[in-house]
Amino acid sequence: MPPQLKTLLPLLAVFICLFLAARHFLIPESFGKYGHYRANSLDEIAALPTHYVGKEVCAECHDAEAVMLESDLHKGLTCEVCHGPGSIHVEDQEKGILVKPGTREFCGTCHSLNAARRTEVIHQIDIKTHNIERANCIDCHNPHAVWEMKE
Amino acid sequence: MGNERINETRRNFLRKSAVLAGTLFVSSVTKPFTAMLFAANEPDKSGKWYAIGIDIEKCIGCGNCAKACKLENDVPKDPFYYRSWVEQYTIKNDGTVSVVSPNGGIDGFTQTIPDEEIFKTFFVPKMCNHCYKSPCVQVCPVGATFESPEGVVLVDKEYCIGCRYCIQACPYGCRFLNPDTETADKCTFCYHRLKKGLKPACFEVCPTGARIYGDLHDKNDKIHQFLKEHNTQVLKPNLNTGSKLFYNGLSSEVR
Repeated sequence: MPPQLKTLLPLLAVFICLFLAARHFLIPESFGKYGHYRANSLDEIAALPTHYVGKEVCAECHDAEAVMLESDLHKGLTCEVCHGPGSIHVEDQEKGILVKPGTREFCGTCHSLNAARRTEVIHQIDIKTHNIERANCIDCHNPHAVWEMKE
Repeated sequence: MGNERINETRRNFLRKSAVLAGTLFVSSVTKPFTAMLFAANEPDKSGKWYAIGIDIEKCIGCGNCAKACKLENDVPKDPFYYRSWVEQYTIKNDGTVSVVSPNGGIDGFTQTIPDEEIFKTFFVPKMCNHCYKSPCVQVCPVGATFESPEGVVLVDKEYCIGCRYCIQACPYGCRFLNPDTETADKCTFCYHRLKKGLKPACFEVCPTGARIYGDLHDKNDKIHQFLKEHNTQVLKPNLNTGSKLFYNGLSSEVR
């Protein structure tokens, strides 16, 4: 073996040891458990808080509205489609006050006339001209029981 | 002399070729080239493997999915960061295509082009395609983005270095750099909700049932019913990303 290599070999060994030591400290513990990623991040992402609670939770208190909603055309909808995410409201009814929208603009996000909306999927009206004597949709319509008209 | 040399070269050439062919054959039997399997086969895994079906014919462009996504996942409110959004495509009589997505569709859509000029118009809800062996996962230099065992493409916020390679690699434009954390951000398929037995937020609030999701490993799941009943298509199939987002009624104009 050439003398140059003999002097370089220990250096190489030291370098490899340093590399392995650095590798040991830099790579997180759970890395590579399932694949080329940190397995613990799965649990971290799964532990994120949820904001939408689901219809069943709403129906525990608001059972009358939930039953009424199921009786008519809006039956597929969950409460939070219109009222927004309810997680804070479930914890504290004072703090988490949910919205009761019913303006022409809000209902119009689904029901305003648009050529891209299929008539067999959704009932559409012209929100600018439809019964302009009343300001908001909920002045006449009950969103929980769609065909029931208010006086 | 020259003749001898040529013969020896040929012998060596043949020998090396045989060795190479044999090695390729043996290695392909022991560990098949995964790249060739991406297109046709799902991975041999137990447990759930999620896929999404979106029915464009049922979508009314209300933008509830985009809104719910932002609220559920605390996505920055700046108007141009979306994990899930809706586009309205309008193909006019003269053949030009117009695509609009005001505020990602969160506030709904107003028809700007008069009915007489429209040949065809429809909404396309977009989100991460949760590709099998997706381009974004392949380019990540540190292993911060990955496909979970459930087939959900996720980002490890702690490990991401914010190099933006994945944002460039995604052919569907589904990623962005979160200005709060300075890391890549994308649709997580509401992994935190799935693990708690809840539906992802956009599926939860869809009023017409235009979007469904299911387990591809379960042959009785509704996603299989969706795929059987509809003539579905993925976005940019030529890129072979292994997209698991299947659209019904997708026009060729959609990019």
